[in-house]
Amino acid sequence: MHTFAELMIVLIILLDMALAVTGSLSSCIRLVAAQGVVAGLLPLLAAGGATHTRALVFAAVIITLKGVVFPWLLLRARDRSGARKDVEPLISYPASILLCLGAFIASSWLGSRLPLPESGVAWTVPASLATIFTGFLLITTRSKAITQVLGYLVIENGIYIFGLALFVEQPMLVELAILLDVFVAVFVMGIAIFHISREFDHIDTAELSELNDWRRGEYGK
Amino acid sequence: MPLFLLSFLLLLCGAALPLLLWRRPLAAQRSAVCCAVAASAVGLVPVLRVLFTGVPASFSFPWSVPLASFSLLLDPLSALFAVPLLLLTGLAAVYGAGYLAACAGKKPLALAWAAFNLLTASMLLVFSAANAVLFLLGWELMAAASFLLVLFEHEREQARKAGFIYLAAGGTGALLLLGLFLLLGAGAPSMDFSDFRVPSGGAATAAFLLALGGFGLKAGFIPLHVWLPEAHPAAPSHVSAVMSGIMIKTGLYGIIRVLGLLKPWPEWWGWLLLGLGLVSCLGGALFALAQHELKRVLAYSSIENVGIILLALGLGVVAAACGAHQLASLAFAGALLHVFNHALFKGLLFMGAGAVLHGTGTGELEALGGLSKRMPAAAAFFMAGSAAACALPPLNGFAGEFLVYLGALRALNSPGSVALAGVLAGLALAAAGAVAAAAFTRAAGTAFLGEPRTERAAGAHAPGPLMAVPMFLLALLCLLSGLAAPLLLGPLSAAVSAGFGGYYGFAAGLEAMGPFLYISAAALCLLGLIALAAAKRRAFLGGRQPASGVTWDCGYAAPTARMQYGASSFAQPLTDFFQPLLRKLGQYPVISEYFPAKASFSTEAQAVFYNSVYTPAAVRLRDLAYRFSWLQHGRLQLYIMYIVVTLIGLLLWKL
Repeated sequence: MHTFAELMIVLIILLDMALAVTGSLSSCIRLVAAQGVVAGLLPLLAAGGATHTRALVFAAVIITLKGVVFPWLLLRARDRSGARKDVEPLISYPASILLCLGAFIASSWLGSRLPLPESGVAWTVPASLATIFTGFLLITTRSKAITQVLGYLVIENGIYIFGLALFVEQPMLVELAILLDVFVAVFVMGIAIFHISREFDHIDTAELSELNDWRRGEYGK
Repeated sequence: MPLFLLSFLLLLCGAALPLLLWRRPLAAQRSAVCCAVAASAVGLVPVLRVLFTGVPASFSFPWSVPLASFSLLLDPLSALFAVPLLLLTGLAAVYGAGYLAACAGKKPLALAWAAFNLLTASMLLVFSAANAVLFLLGWELMAAASFLLVLFEHEREQARKAGFIYLAAGGTGALLLLGLFLLLGAGAPSMDFSDFRVPSGGAATAAFLLALGGFGLKAGFIPLHVWLPEAHPAAPSHVSAVMSGIMIKTGLYGIIRVLGLLKPWPEWWGWLLLGLGLVSCLGGALFALAQHELKRVLAYSSIENVGIILLALGLGVVAAACGAHQLASLAFAGALLHVFNHALFKGLLFMGAGAVLHGTGTGELEALGGLSKRMPAAAAFFMAGSAAACALPPLNGFAGEFLVYLGALRALNSPGSVALAGVLAGLALAAAGAVAAAAFTRAAGTAFLGEPRTERAAGAHAPGPLMAVPMFLLALLCLLSGLAAPLLLGPLSAAVSAGFGGYYGFAAGLEAMGPFLYISAAALCLLGLIALAAAKRRAFLGGRQPASGVTWDCGYAAPTARMQYGASSFAQPLTDFFQPLLRKLGQYPVISEYFPAKASFSTEAQAVFYNSVYTPAAVRLRDLAYRFSWLQHGRLQLYIMYIVVTLIGLLLWKL
């Protein structure tokens, strides 16, 4: 039964790689949604058939949110903001994928060093760490606000999988809390994106540096 | 202990209620004052019980904050600090009700009162916390609440500057304290004070220096005093009374606690304390003499008094390190007694200054004059406070200093270094007392005696009963605690025992009893003589009215108020002598014609340390910080990357 779960893990890692090189904003949103759905299915597969009703309900909620609600919100935000349709990376795509691969290697090493209980599914910890790193990569190297939301969601997927490694039996409360966090954060960021695009006519966060208070010209006056 | 907790609860209610009633400022004020007074009355019961029985009370409450426990310990030392705190805040709240009534509608009174009660509660927490995290929580709350109160008149630029300096000093102090507690708590099973391992050697020295810096920034001795003369005058007067009377004592409380923990003391710690105390009692008195604003005079006088307390602590530590334990006990008792006494008389003085500000709208000494005719009661109270601050018997300022003098005189018979410390302490106390007497004669004389110098002073009105009654009570307490000094020795020796060790408390009580009885007897004789003289005068007058004439006539044909001695001219001989230290800026007229011509004269007291030490240092620091401004570019992505890199670094470090 774990074979399926391990296949899913591989899928998640592949989705990380795909996210690092995808240039189109809408594909990015769809990839993140797909990753969310896969992550939501994982606990069902890892539990090996004997699932509780509450786990099923929980997985359904997660999959609905990550697979349907979030992508819908984000696609709508993309359309409304009238921004360019690509992710506008600050570093080149080859550099992104190299960094992503490096992150995967680092997470494999880290995963072997972390003192964690053995979970039945192989590669859970490295995959979750790699996903978290990919999320950070999206946040730090893409200039649009919307990609930051995406990065945040990817990090959440990573934490979700990590939680799976730790609490195979009772992931419920922990993840509900995280999910609530993310849900609020997506809304807040959605509003923030709306405001950024209204005030500055675009959603490029780099322009926020206009607001910084260390202006060289004014120093010492 | 339940009553003590009830007092906390009342104070928290007093902080919350005004915010709920913020639409009706006077109702908010009334609720806050009632809560503050009730909290004082309720809190004084357990505190006095601990102080007089000497049996500590403790309380512990499970708390989920990491490393912290909500444990309170009220021992006689805490109680000795908590008594003036509760007395002064209760009276200051009543006074504040009269003082701030005129601001209703113009100022956010609700916020000010919430901050006031929060300040009281946080100080109570500081004095009773038995856990380092809880202590720091109270410490930071205290800084935040008092910061809000310093900014009460934020439309004045001076108040904003004061607020900024205050915030910077508070932050630096808290940082040092964090270091101190980390050092003391390293390896201890919990952050409770009772669990701290006593460090030795270099670690003990580091802890002592961190405590001296961190607590010293709150205590405000020279050279860590720069925020004090800015912040205390900026706050409303009843808050200045609390800040100067008791808040700076939280710093001294911390230093005493750390000293109590880090025994045995090396001799040089004592010399360091003695030196700092010497510099700040002399410097504070001198700078007080040069100030032009009434509340600034009082603020510098607070620096002087903190210096006196520190001097006594230093003398005690030197003596204890050299084995002269009786002498040390006298010095410690003097320090603690002066803590109590200074709170009373400095509270009274700031309230008096507040009455002047309230009645005339200005605290500039050169604009006042003749106020004793316009507000006789306030003038009498202020002069009583001044006499106490100059350490004149029978008022209470004398008692604490007398113990230190006694210790200093005893020291002359002791081995070399103790004798030297005694000589230094005695000389410094005497010199500072003389200069302080000059400063208070100048301040009280210029403001209250003579003729009004301006229209504002001429049109002054007397403070209402809400302001006058607390001042009267404080003046009465100043007199009574001076007269009843022998009765205070029991609680005092309990506090010395709790702070420094059982032996010192016992010896202090024994050593000081005899002299105190003599003093009280002499003071009662003095009062009797005064009463006798008053009765005689009454009898001589026999119901006739004494004639009254013009003040300051001096034989001039047409004297004007401007011919009086002013604040600057009164102090000029002394301030000129100390010009190298004071660095007054001034313009003096040069007389070159035979006939009178228009001339002008001005002097300005400088904040010497602020201008010549701290400002250049701050400029250096800013230049240094500017080198790193490339880190501060405003790009969101890179900021997040800093966080990620830090997190990964921490993860790798912990692996």
